[in-house]
Amino acid sequence: MKLALGPLLYFWSRDEVFDFYRQALNWPVDVVYLGETVCSKRRLLRLDDWLTLAEELTAAGKEVVLSTLSLIEAESELLTLRRIVEQGRFTIEANDFGAVHLAANKVPFVAGPHLNAYNCETLQMFHQLGGRRWVMPVELSHTSLAAIQSCRPAGFETEVFAFGRMPLAFSARCFTARHYNLPKDDCQLRCADFADGLVLNSQEGEQFLTLNGIQTQSAATCNLIGAIPQMQSLGVDVLRISPQSRHMDKIIKAFRAVIDGTSNAQQGIEALQGLTQGEPCNGYWYGEAGLVWLEQPEVREARQLSGG
Amino acid sequence: MKKMELVCPAGSLPALRAAVDNGADTVYMGFRDGTNARNFPGLNFDDRSAREGLRYAHEHGRKVLLALNTYAQPQGWSTWTGAVDKAAELGVDALILADVGLMAYAAKTHPNLRLHLSVQGSATSYEAINFYREQFNIQRVVLPRVLSLAQVQRVMEHTDAEIEVFAFGSLCVMVEGRCYLSSYATGESPNTCGACSPAKAVEWRETNQGREVRLGGVLIDKYKPGEAAGYPVLCKGRYEVNGEVSYAIEEPTSLSVLDILPELVRMGISAIKVEGRQRSPAYVAQVTKVLREALDAAERNPDSFSPRQDWVAALNKVAEGSTHTLGALDRAWQ
Repeated sequence: MKLALGPLLYFWSRDEVFDFYRQALNWPVDVVYLGETVCSKRRLLRLDDWLTLAEELTAAGKEVVLSTLSLIEAESELLTLRRIVEQGRFTIEANDFGAVHLAANKVPFVAGPHLNAYNCETLQMFHQLGGRRWVMPVELSHTSLAAIQSCRPAGFETEVFAFGRMPLAFSARCFTARHYNLPKDDCQLRCADFADGLVLNSQEGEQFLTLNGIQTQSAATCNLIGAIPQMQSLGVDVLRISPQSRHMDKIIKAFRAVIDGTSNAQQGIEALQGLTQGEPCNGYWYGEAGLVWLEQPEVREARQLSGG
Repeated sequence: MKKMELVCPAGSLPALRAAVDNGADTVYMGFRDGTNARNFPGLNFDDRSAREGLRYAHEHGRKVLLALNTYAQPQGWSTWTGAVDKAAELGVDALILADVGLMAYAAKTHPNLRLHLSVQGSATSYEAINFYREQFNIQRVVLPRVLSLAQVQRVMEHTDAEIEVFAFGSLCVMVEGRCYLSSYATGESPNTCGACSPAKAVEWRETNQGREVRLGGVLIDKYKPGEAAGYPVLCKGRYEVNGEVSYAIEEPTSLSVLDILPELVRMGISAIKVEGRQRSPAYVAQVTKVLREALDAAERNPDSFSPRQDWVAALNKVAEGSTHTLGALDRAWQ
């Protein structure tokens, strides 16, 4: 089972981004996804910068995938997309069907988490077009995944979003700019002020969502470290850890230890205590509301009930 | 120029008749299960009512589209393919699909069945549209409510697929087909269950300070005594961000393109769609009647068109929050 560092979803400074990935050179991750997937106005790093990082990470033995924008509206965004698809060296992560169209039968691609693959016929289609791997939509449960694993095309890899604030929605509107009463066209890049997004609370103070520009994320951090043994038995190939501003080295080490069997699942959960942004959650995996956190005894009970 | 088609919602047989009687060119409906994105109790069509609806619409020279726009999982695959087969057998004029796997099935099994790409298919660029067109011979695409008018124009210049846009109804703020907010709070989403903010997860509570509404236990909004309260859709609640309580995502409001109908006609948009299969036959009748009159006026005389006050008032009366917006079509909204 491989460990992947998902694409950076926030708008960090150029120095912070370079610093982050130079640390990643030494982290025990196998795959690194690079590039801007949320907003085309975030341009502190150009494609050439990402390619520089890609070469360094490749030299350090990592598999590099270039991720593409998730919501494509403008012609300029299509131009960037074409440049990424046509760079000729790295696999791409297609986060929109426009990217699949450009990559089909030409460039190997990973079908990203926003392509809505819910069944094997969809995976078959990706496979025929040159897809190598798919990332499961975050809202699917282990029961659904088990069914899909039993009919997925041979050799087609499965990746599961296993740690981080989950991308839940995209909009034409920038909610960070809206918070400051700014129109998107004059957003002043205010999302740069929030290294892990801007938390939206209910009126009774419950952390609920995270505003990240045009993207809305969960406020809780998805944490499936406790489900690693189950994912191993389901034949999941890759676990995705989504970058956050702090504790990444400890988080990655904890995942690695459970994957390698040097820690058990419970020890993994304990190792990650206090390291998540907001509360942890794992509800989607167990077929519940996404924001729920099930403790291990409850997980065992839920699995017995579902026969899983 | 080809006339722009008015596509209206039919959540039931009476709603379908109301749409046809008030001037819809086309109605769209769904089966009574999770295969469509308005999977609400008491709504939609079984075999008998679907046949009757098709007969009624076809007798009046109107078309019927069938929405099969949720995503099929392996456990339910045969239900979804069964719905495709059923629709073909019933003789619907087109299927509205979102799931790539189902498109592959439909294109292979029923090559003569016309296919439309649902808004839930999230195609926001011509590259995406042309993917669906080349792979599955999709004839028409319903655009997600994220593009500005100029961007819609750009899309149309680069594809020969017919383009349908939303004209009126509840406004999705997020890209359709890529929004998991509902399942995050309740476990059920449009993609998996055909439900957004499902009624069974809604909880109203009267308190000393007014009325609270929760969705999946999360406090979505609080209303002062006497304040009007709408259906609690997650993206239109009041939340606290940085100490400030507001409609952080969007106010309760409806989309209405009444103001820009002549532009849509001139651009060559193939069809405009009214949202609301979950709404009453009276809503369908009212909205269809107004849009029929407005569309006829805009096509007759696009240069001198201006929305009549009684149209605006009639639409606002049935609009969420009793107010309307152009949404993303107007760049300032974004």
